[in-house]
Formats: sequence, C-alpha cells, structure tokens
Amino acid sequence: MFLTPVVPHWPFYNLDTMFVRGLKRKCFDGEEDIEGTLAGIKAIPSYNLQRQSLLDMSLVKLQLCHMLVEPNLCRSVLIANTVRQIQEEMTQDGTWQMIHTQSTGQASLDRLVSTDILCRSSREQAEGKHVSGYSAFNKDFEGDQAQDSSETMSTASSVQAPRNLQSNVWEMENPQENKGNFQKSLDQIFETLENKSPNSVEDLFSEVDNSYYDLDTMLTGMMSNTKMGHCDGLETFSSPTATASNSNFKSDLNELDHIVEILVES
Amino acid sequence: MSHKQAGGPPGESAVDWCLYQLNGAAEFEVSEADIISTVEFNHTGELLATGDKGGRVVIFQREPESKNEPYNQGEYNVYSTFQSHEPEFDYLKSLEIEEKINKIKWLPQQNAAHSLLSTNDKTIKLWKITERDKRPEGYNLKDEEGKLKDLSTVTSLQVPVLKPMDLMVEVTPRRIFANGHTYHVNSISVNSDCETYMSADDLRINLWHLAITDRSFNIVDIKPANMEDLTEVITASEFHPHHCNLFVYSSSKGSLRLCDMRASALCDKHSKLYEEPEDPSNRSFFSEIISSVSDVKFSHSGRYMLTRDYLTVKVWDLNMETKPVETYQVHDYLRSKLCSLYENDCIFDKFECAWNGSDSVIMTGAYNNFFRMFDRNTKRDVTLEASRESSKPRAILKPRRVCVGGKRRKDDISVDSLDFTKKILHTAWHPTENIIAIAATNNLYIFQDKVNSEMH
Repeated sequence: MFLTPVVPHWPFYNLDTMFVRGLKRKCFDGEEDIEGTLAGIKAIPSYNLQRQSLLDMSLVKLQLCHMLVEPNLCRSVLIANTVRQIQEEMTQDGTWQMIHTQSTGQASLDRLVSTDILCRSSREQAEGKHVSGYSAFNKDFEGDQAQDSSETMSTASSVQAPRNLQSNVWEMENPQENKGNFQKSLDQIFETLENKSPNSVEDLFSEVDNSYYDLDTMLTGMMSNTKMGHCDGLETFSSPTATASNSNFKSDLNELDHIVEILVES
Repeated sequence: MSHKQAGGPPGESAVDWCLYQLNGAAEFEVSEADIISTVEFNHTGELLATGDKGGRVVIFQREPESKNEPYNQGEYNVYSTFQSHEPEFDYLKSLEIEEKINKIKWLPQQNAAHSLLSTNDKTIKLWKITERDKRPEGYNLKDEEGKLKDLSTVTSLQVPVLKPMDLMVEVTPRRIFANGHTYHVNSISVNSDCETYMSADDLRINLWHLAITDRSFNIVDIKPANMEDLTEVITASEFHPHHCNLFVYSSSKGSLRLCDMRASALCDKHSKLYEEPEDPSNRSFFSEIISSVSDVKFSHSGRYMLTRDYLTVKVWDLNMETKPVETYQVHDYLRSKLCSLYENDCIFDKFECAWNGSDSVIMTGAYNNFFRMFDRNTKRDVTLEASRESSKPRAILKPRRVCVGGKRRKDDISVDSLDFTKKILHTAWHPTENIIAIAATNNLYIFQDKVNSEMH
C-alpha cells in the first residue's frame, strides 16, 4: 500500500512555481561573481536547492519500496528516470561536484532540515524578503560532516563526471568516499533476482537507516494541516523505518541493494 | 422505446445527465476492500460488472422494461456477486499478491450463458455465468430431497419433468490462466475473433487461447537484457475492435505502438509508432511522468484511439503517427502543482477514459469526484461531480467549475480546495445509450440522460 495521497501541502507550493517554468538552471544572472565559488553558490537561484530537494524526495520514494506487496514497477521506473534526469543536469551544470561531499555524520537529518529551510526561503524570496534562511542552509552545509550523499544522490555521479572543480569549497574529503557510483546504485534497483538471493522482509527492515524516521516525522509535521483519507499512508510511511536500527550511512548503498529484492523478479 | 442517439445529433443541446442510481455504503462505512477497481459494461449494455480491491466481482443486470412497473425501467440491480480472486503469497519473493481486480472484460455472448475474464496482478480467470430457472422433478431413483429411494417401492416408471423455480444465478470458474506473468498485469483484451485474448503486464504481452490454460504465446517483450537499462514500461494495451491481427500498447514515455501479429511471432517491432514531440516550453522534470499514458481505447469504429495521460485526453487517428488529431485538457490547472502531486504520489494515478457509443463524446475522471466529458463535434466540455451531496435522484447534474484565481463565480471550487483523495479513476459508457457508470471509491454511480430515463 502506497502513501495515501493527501491534499498537497503548502510548503511545496513554491516549488511548483519553480518547476513549472521548466527552466534550465539559470546560470548566473547579472550580479553573480563567478569566481568566488562560495559567492557564486550563494547567488545561485534556489532552483538548485529545489532541484536537490526533488532529488532527495525521489530517492526517498524509491527507498520506501520495502513493502509487503510488490511495488508498482511503472512508478519506480518513472521516479528513477526523474532521478537520472536530475543527475544528468547536475552533472552538466557542474553542480554535482559541489554538492558532493562530505564525510561522516548524520547527513540526512540536516539535509532534511535544509529542505524545510529551502521551502521557507523560497517563500521569502517570493515575497521579496532577504533570504536569511538561505545562509542558514549554507551553514548547515558547511558544518556538515555528512557521510554521504549516498543516501541522496548520493554518490557519485557516473564515473565519467568531470572532476574539475577542485577549488570548490564544498568538496571535502576524498572521492573514494563515494564508492559505488550513483548510476550503479540506481541500477541495482532494477537488478534481477537471478543475481541475488531472495531476502526476507525482516532483513530489509533491519537495514533501513533510522534517520528516515526523522524524515517521516518532519514531513508528517509539515502535513499536519492537510486532510488525510485513511491513516494507512502515514503508518506505512513511518512504521517500517521505526523498526530499523541505527546504521552507518555507508549502509545506504546496501540499502539500495535491498530495494532490488522487491522490484526484482526472476 | 426509442433510444436517444448517444451524444445527441449535432446541433442539438447537450445531454442532461441525472443520477439514476447509487450503489455503495456511505463514506464512513468504507473498508478498503470495497473500493471499486474496475467497471465494465457487456456488449449489449444489459450487464454491468464491477471489481473491487477485495477481489470480488459484482454484476448488475438491467431490468427489462415492462408496462407493469414503469419506475423500475432500466434499473441496474445486483445480479450476482462472487469472489473472483483471493490474496496469495509469493513464497519465492516473500511478497503478497493482491487480490484486487485490475480489469474485467466481457466475452461476446455466444449462447445463453455470459462469460467474463477477470484479472488481478498475476492470474486471469474465465468465469461463466448461467441462469437456472427450472429444475427437474420426478426422478425414479431419487426422492424429492435427493435421497435414494427404496427400490421395492418403485412400481412404475415416470419421466422427470422440468418445473420452474426461483431464478438462480450460478457463476463457475471455467479457466484459470496462471503463471503467465512475472510482472503486474495491467490490461486484458478479448480479440474480435472471440477465440483469443491478450494480457499485458509491465514488460510483456501474452496471447492466450480462451480454451487453453497451460500455454500462452509471448507477443511483446520489452524487458531489456540488462535490467539496469530499464526506462520504459507497458501501461495499457487493447486489441483492435475489428481487425483481429492488430493491437496497440501504450508506454510510460507517452508513446503508442500499433502492432500487426501477421508480421512476426514476436511483435517487438511496431508497425506504427504514435508519438507527439514534447513541447519545449512546457518542459520540466515532470514532463515524462505526466506524458505516461494511463489508458488507451480504440473507438467503436476502429478508426481512432483515445489515450489518457495525467493532464489530457488525446484522440489519435490510426493513419497519423506524428501527433494526435485532438487534445483536450482535463485539468490543466494542476500543471502548476506537479511537484506537490509528485510528492503525494497523485501524479502516478492512472485515470481511464471512455468513448460513447457513437464515438462523438469522450469521458474521463479527475479529482474531487469530478469527471469530464468532451463533445468532439461541438467542442464543448463539461465537468460533473459524482457525490451524494450534489446528486439528487432524477435531478439534473449541475456543471462544476474549477477556478484558478481570478474571478470566481458562486459554486466554483478553487484548485486548492480540491480533494485529491477523491479520484474518479474508473468510468464506463453503455455501448449504445447515454448511460454511464462512475466508480467513486466504493460507490457506483449510474447516470442517465434525462430524456432517456423519462422515456422509460
């Protein structure tokens, strides 16, 4: 049973406006200083952040596929295609390098918080206010010792991605952190059962990172005003992750392997 | 009784729809199993079948007209209810197989019995529906209750006679077509030859003979050698209504492929590919998702195809592959909400579409229990609502309007107030008359043309 659809909740309304324009990332408008990457990043329109947020959302959707019933292949393929599309665009933009980072830590929670700030900041932008939220986001990012963007795009873009932005302030640590490139992780989702042994549902749940529980709570909190049909959706959303044990972020890649179990067949 | 021409002759005023009947429990009593998952009229329109999430099929039969009870004319009453599919468990993958009925298709009637195919995600079943209204009485060896008689009491022979009895409807599973699909079955379609049918899942389409259950032919296979390369799935398919060698299937990328089974055993190469180039000005990350075709239906004439994607319905001429001949906006006001709809998964909702009997009007469902009709001749469209509150029996349905900001009329509903949990995914149109069946969650609404219903 999938998420029971709810009335769209407000914070994403501005995301909609952004995406409707369907614009490629507006690269640098007049005032940006292209040289200082830090400044450049600050001046990049929130399109990038919103794109990142869409990416995060998509990956979470794919990971929510550990259910009792085999998930909808069409939906999974469409989400995966969306993720690939974003990844390609980010690779072309070079933003892939920038976001790509970080070492250990509870990346996901911070990232989720940043999504909230993102929404706030875009609203404020729409109202013409100074984007104070934006700098808060930057700080989060900076201080972020997050292991891996593996749970989000994680991971590396495809191996062919140019790695020319070494001067980038966001780029921490070594590329080796990003083992297993994104493409491979994503593709594992579609691996066939022929290559893997069937995993029981319990194994699946035990691998799930507990931090996603926080995502659930956060989004739930954000959606508290909206009408919910059945409560099934919410429960499905939170229950599998609630039983999970805390695990290192490196296990995220393994997590994706387990998604395969469900989406796969012989 | 004369039938009002479906859709009305061109130039006349539009059809007035009114609620004819409503079946289903009130909202607070709904259980998930009662949610209707498919609706289908048979070829004469006399029978209407619904399938639900609990694996049950309910068949309604239209009351024949009689002068004795004018008020019951044309009413669809429950004819039979049976459990078609049960939940199963796939031990190999540790997954449940839902009993939800995805599709029902009627076979053309060939004798007194009616037959239909019903399918869940994995297994298709052929059901035979027969009536029994007589039974034999006066057996020689058995008594009234069926017990064997004491032979010494039998002194003469009698011929059993058939006596009338209360009508009994018997439903029996005649064939079970199992193990044909690895992926989830999304469509079934009976061939015009009445001997074969096809079933389509996400990656493959199989051709079956109605009498043979242990074998099927794979006619389309789009599974890539390497599953990592999977980017497109089959979303719907249908046989041509007249040409038994032609069928169409739609994909998640918005394309249609017409295939000819005479060309080769495996129809991976399409005969025709129908695809509309993307509008670059509307491009977004959601472009592909909203272009995914959720339903495809041939017109009764066989000349056109109707497709439904997330925001539009399109009419395609079989002779023109480059673009549809007509495009109708179902709910374009959602275009600016795509991200929210992606977030809550509504963007993946699969709406069905339907033609009326004369192919002049097309219908499809939307959110907030709204459904839309488009008249291809007059180019007029209407939005109607299927809800208890807004439908009094025999009262004409009032057209609804969604306002997108700007001036708002009384009774308009704003986009942000739409209830996205109330979606009309399944609709059906009577093959010849202006009678439509609308499934709203667990409720089945039957609307009729006002004029039509008054004539009875």
